[in-house]
Amino acid sequence: MAGFWVIAEINPDGSLARASAELATLARELASTAGTEAHGIVVATEPSAAAKELATYLGDVIAIADPSLADHAWAQVAAQRAAEVIDTSGPTAILTGAASDGRDIAGTLLALLDGAILVNATAVTWAEGSGESVEMSVFGGKLITTSSFRDGVDVRIVTVRPNVVTAETASAPGTVRTESPKADLTLPSVAIVDHVAAEGAAAKIDDARIIVAGGRGIGGEAGLELVQQLADRLGGAVGATRAAVDAGWIPYAQQIGQTGKIVKPQLYLALGISGAIQHKVGMQTAGTIIAVNRDPDAPIAEFADMLVVGDLFEVGKALVAELDARG
Amino acid sequence: MPLNIVVLAKPVPDPAAAAEKLGPDNRLDRSASPSVINGNDEYTLEAALQLVEAHGGEVTLLAMAPAGGAETLRKGLAMGATRGVLVTDPALAGSDAWSTAKVLAAVLKDLQFDLVLAGFDTSDGVGGVVGAAVATLLKLPYLSSAAAIEPNPDAGTVRVRRISGSGFDVLEAKTPALIVGTQLLGAPRYPSLKGIMGARSKEVSQRSLADLGLQADGSDAVGGGAARTEVSARRTPPARGAATVVRGSAGEAAKAIVALLAERRLV
Ligand SMILES: Cc1cc2nc3c(=O)[nH]c(=O)nc-3n(C[C@H](O)[C@H](O)[C@H](O)COP(=O)(O)OP(=O)(O)OC[C@H]3O[C@@H](n4cnc5c(N)ncnc54)[C@H](O)[C@@H]3O)c2cc1C
Ligand SMILES: Nc1ncnc2c1ncn2[C@@H]1O[C@H](COP(=O)(O)O)[C@@H](O)[C@H]1O
Repeated sequence: MAGFWVIAEINPDGSLARASAELATLARELASTAGTEAHGIVVATEPSAAAKELATYLGDVIAIADPSLADHAWAQVAAQRAAEVIDTSGPTAILTGAASDGRDIAGTLLALLDGAILVNATAVTWAEGSGESVEMSVFGGKLITTSSFRDGVDVRIVTVRPNVVTAETASAPGTVRTESPKADLTLPSVAIVDHVAAEGAAAKIDDARIIVAGGRGIGGEAGLELVQQLADRLGGAVGATRAAVDAGWIPYAQQIGQTGKIVKPQLYLALGISGAIQHKVGMQTAGTIIAVNRDPDAPIAEFADMLVVGDLFEVGKALVAELDARG
Repeated sequence: MPLNIVVLAKPVPDPAAAAEKLGPDNRLDRSASPSVINGNDEYTLEAALQLVEAHGGEVTLLAMAPAGGAETLRKGLAMGATRGVLVTDPALAGSDAWSTAKVLAAVLKDLQFDLVLAGFDTSDGVGGVVGAAVATLLKLPYLSSAAAIEPNPDAGTVRVRRISGSGFDVLEAKTPALIVGTQLLGAPRYPSLKGIMGARSKEVSQRSLADLGLQADGSDAVGGGAARTEVSARRTPPARGAATVVRGSAGEAAKAIVALLAERRLV
């Protein structure tokens, strides 16, 4: 059974990760244009809830309950369990997320299945006959490349960025098959000896409609408070540059950019952010970008829709007042 | 007990120069930009240097790159790494991620180490997959998204704080192990003048595919000729329209912002 395979990621509460719902939607669409099938795999101690959710997006879901995951690092175990059930007897495409867990799975499967990989896809098409094309945004968004796998490659792995497609459930739900782990794991185990809850880790910027982001320019507590106030008024989430994270003002979970989250909000309001290339790659596809910066030549001017030249504290306070006046 | 750490450090086009370009064959034109050590690899190098400062031991930089990579590695030596190992071979031009992982794994087989550190991703590849592939090939314990690394050399184990959806997981594995770092390990140091002088006499040994006993064609399938993916086309993305520039008083600016938000139904 050849086709498209999605290895789902799950949230800490056991539900399906949003990025995996997107991937499942993509796999279903690709399977239909390529004339093949889409499968999903959920590996967890308790996979059934996420598996059921995944089956609302695609036809065939395999749920694998692996008790060792209670105290072992997830991604590499999930990759090994997935490798047990993925059928590589015909042309096979495996889709994973492009964030840390997806990368871990993709890199592991690459070596386990002797495959080929294209990373960080921003668009994927797959047609019967003409084959696949995978687009990537490179050099900080300066160029979009189109890549494909060479002939004769059977196991084709693609890591896909978040927000490439919008998750949409299928017209009819698929079925869930339950499988047991087949064999002893061949890769050395990595134990989880403790969980530490951290403030901010739960702050959700991934699917926020509006993001108010602070950079080095916010200067500290007072600036952060202003960013927070604006986010509250606009019903948005707080994002950050690496500079604001390194300064300890905003948790790493809210960093946007090459080594942070890739986001696609409808509004991105940037306060005191220069627009360095590593930040830009995480937010350049936002619907509307408004930047407040006292430097009219800051690089962000090149990709913002509106640049307000001025002091972020003055403009920010006036904006809070203006929004309050609207009620 | 001293620690031996190998840091995977890739020479990449300097993103700050913003001169990256693809050649006519759609491969990266490495002559178009100055080369630097991949930014994220400097973070793992910093962590490695701090670990050997605390425990004793040596840091080896390992890169697969064109011959000029030896000069690029000097900065890492100036920061304090003990030596460099550069795999360079004309047949490696155009290697894909899988081939890169196989070559790095082949060199690591010949080196003694307690830890291998890989960066979160590369600025030119942005895959973040080479580390996992190398660990899998060598059957090394794989600990990723590391915010902190705590080896226990006497016990032959290492602990890593891995960033998770709800905070951190503390992972533990036997050494030798491969760890993927993040920026939370801490910002890299600048080389001191003494470090820069000292780096001149440090060794960067070079290895070819033949030295590693690998064949480009044949069963090893490494290098550009064996690449399993190819770039077939490229285009420049449509530019966003030029920004509306707003100057004037803070009050006026706030009104202009709200007007745009209202027009786009964002408030
Ligand atoms: C390997 C690597 C990975 C990276 N990954 C990321 C990443 O994922 N995300 C990320 O964001 N960065 C990342 N960076 C860092 C990136 O290169 C920049 O250093 C960073 O984005 C700069 O943050 P900033 O815009 O907040 O700070 P700066 O570049 O210092 O800009 C601050 C801006 O604020 C303006 N300003 C200051 N005060 C005021 C004021 N009172 N009113 C109005 N404007 C003011 C200034 O004019 C300036 O334009 C990475 C770097 C490397 C090397
Ligand atoms: N050619 C290379 N030489 C040395 N290390 C590399 C090379 N390619 C990748 N790496 C390592 O693997 C990490 C992830 O790379 P990538 O998967 O290409 O994003 C990098 O941060 C490096 O630590």
